[in-house]
Amino acid sequence: MAERVGIVAVGQTKYHPNRSDVNEEELAYEVIKQVLEATGLTLSDIDSAVTCSQDFWDGRTISNMNVQHVVGAHMGHEDKVAEDGINALYVGMSQVLSGHQDIVLVVAHMKESQGEKSLIENAAFDPALMRPLGLDFLSTAALQAKRYMYKYGITAEQCAKVAVRNRSNAKNNPFAQEPMDITVEDVLGSKMLSSPIRHLDTKPVSDGACAMILTREEKARKLTSKPVWILGASNCYETHYLGDRDLANCDALVKAAKKAYSMAGIKNPLKQIDVAEISGEYSYQELLWMEGLGFCGRGEGGMLIDSGVTKMGGKLPVNPSGGVLPGNPNGVAGMTRVAEAVLQLRGEAGDRQVKGAKVALAHGVTGICGQHQCVMILGNT
Amino acid sequence: MPNRVAIVGIGQTYHKRGRPDVNQAEMVGEAVRAALADAQLSIKEIEGVFFSNMETFEGIYLPDHGMAAEVGSFGKPGLKVCTGGTSGGSVVVEGFYFVASGLYDLALVIGFEKQDCGDTTAAITAATTPVWGKGAATGAIGEFAKQALSYMETSGAKEEHAAMVRLKADRGACRNPYAHLKLGLKSVDEILQSGYLVWPLRLLDFCPQSCGACALIFASEGSAKKITKKPVWVADVEVVHQEPFRAGIFGDPTGQETYTQHVACERLYRRNGITNPRKDIDMAEIYEPSNWEEMNLYEHLHFCEKNEGWKLIEKGITEMEGEFPVNPSGGVIATNPIGATPVIRVAEAALQIRGDAGEHQATRDIKTALATALGGPNWTVLTLLKRSL
Repeated sequence: MAERVGIVAVGQTKYHPNRSDVNEEELAYEVIKQVLEATGLTLSDIDSAVTCSQDFWDGRTISNMNVQHVVGAHMGHEDKVAEDGINALYVGMSQVLSGHQDIVLVVAHMKESQGEKSLIENAAFDPALMRPLGLDFLSTAALQAKRYMYKYGITAEQCAKVAVRNRSNAKNNPFAQEPMDITVEDVLGSKMLSSPIRHLDTKPVSDGACAMILTREEKARKLTSKPVWILGASNCYETHYLGDRDLANCDALVKAAKKAYSMAGIKNPLKQIDVAEISGEYSYQELLWMEGLGFCGRGEGGMLIDSGVTKMGGKLPVNPSGGVLPGNPNGVAGMTRVAEAVLQLRGEAGDRQVKGAKVALAHGVTGICGQHQCVMILGNT
Repeated sequence: MPNRVAIVGIGQTYHKRGRPDVNQAEMVGEAVRAALADAQLSIKEIEGVFFSNMETFEGIYLPDHGMAAEVGSFGKPGLKVCTGGTSGGSVVVEGFYFVASGLYDLALVIGFEKQDCGDTTAAITAATTPVWGKGAATGAIGEFAKQALSYMETSGAKEEHAAMVRLKADRGACRNPYAHLKLGLKSVDEILQSGYLVWPLRLLDFCPQSCGACALIFASEGSAKKITKKPVWVADVEVVHQEPFRAGIFGDPTGQETYTQHVACERLYRRNGITNPRKDIDMAEIYEPSNWEEMNLYEHLHFCEKNEGWKLIEKGITEMEGEFPVNPSGGVIATNPIGATPVIRVAEAALQIRGDAGEHQATRDIKTALATALGGPNWTVLTLLKRSL
């Protein structure tokens, strides 16, 4: 990379089970307003907007149409990414690096409360062969969890620890939807949704939005005293048919991480990364993704959570914000991870601050059993 | 100084109303294999794959995920964009940025739509605001009927002129092996006898619903020169969107509206030293959902003065053999797989520059070409292509 891309402002809503008080553009503007105020920019200063929403969830074809006026795209440049919002940031990064765009506004918004999760997710499966089975992301995540637990001897208790730690961490996050004091026993005693995944192993329905402003290095230093740099980023597709994969692995994540690490000069992630924000709608996923990210060897995700390395105060705190399990909307969740990583690197993470964090990892995931993975490495020096 | 980007591979499927012989993924695979063959590359060499599709038209959520095996995107970076009719333009622009940024050396850009899987017009009516827009939703036909009427009223164009645009398109389509509707139309009268969809828009005035896909391979300057002797350079791109709550979005009887095309052209032409588009550009592949809109776009894209678009067709200027060919491929009115349509515009413009358009190659030598996309509430994406930079 010839030049670095800086994140100069982040904004998030408090995540909420039902924001029926606002429509999509009002929700998006709540976070856009935050980043404009933080930088002193106005919408007319925005050279390009990258939005992220899903037509299926919005129930609207061309779901970016209704946010044009709030992202500064009236007679302006806008594009919409239909993956998790962290990929919209990746697009924004490419626009700045290309030299064709200067100040890029990235916004992800989602009201899960308006959609029917299982029906929408079922529409992502092959229409002829897989849809009639009634599959959704929960039932296939259950298959993945079973395979992962069987192959590597990961226990339900180890998965439950993820749910407990994340909801506990969320108590320090003012944006979190469901901070909770729970125990492993509470998780294991909660309602079974799709074996082995229980109610507290997954996240609640959530509405919310996240926004950021990206620009090139020189301008970033003018707009803020605390720019955060994108040191590396990549994403990767996994194959679609579940039978074509060993669900206990996550090859796409391994590849995305490898590229992001090589751009950022990361050789030993556990050592060089100070804090990680990892997406995952289901508790087992955090363990599996940590393996994909190279925080530990294959099958060692359970041991890693047992060891305490990933708790607050550990060698590599994971999800000080609480992550996705206390409630983030899909499509926004990965971008929220980046927002939290930025707050950590700016030293503005309040009670969830990891002291002296210099390099952070943010991860986002879209689709069935982690079919599309995105990794971003950020730094403050 | 941004990195230069070239198109080094072009592939498309044939287009048809229905493709019951293949699923969405298999259909897209056909275009990808054609683009790879054109560039003499293997999928292994492609670094990133970028998709364009309107998922509500087929009713398939995350359709790019579903075709990872068939198009070879598994194990590779990539993503999908979705901005309505302009989606294909948006994905071309994103592919361009990703290569210009230096993040990728070789990127595959794919547009596709398989409209026999769903109901496009039903999906388009779901684009309006749910609270007060649903009752007024008409889909594309109603909007372009209003546009036709408004253009007829203000420009002095007659139905015969619209029919002449359709004749031109059909002549091109009949020579284009990939085109969908090849009607063999012989006279203006034939078109004027076709039934009304919504007055004054006739069946033969409007684009079809097609199934098909188009793939392009973008390369950085260094790679492009190694891959092909005939790289087509992406000189510049421009995207202009607007907010959706405007009256007269496509056709404005008052003549007072500013259109996204005006703004996009002003920016693109200024950056590229284009003062007289019809002289400085050699041809255009434009996104014209109807023959009436094609005449309107001649004016909005500054190919002629206001209210004179119909004179270009009357004088034969935009014919394949003319001074300024527009849509020698047959255009959108002959072939419209929506997510692919703007990608096809870029592909066809690039083929003209390479001199590889075969039977529908323009008579004059094409060194510079403009490709446009239109979508949503009249959004515009422009791509300027050149034989040499």
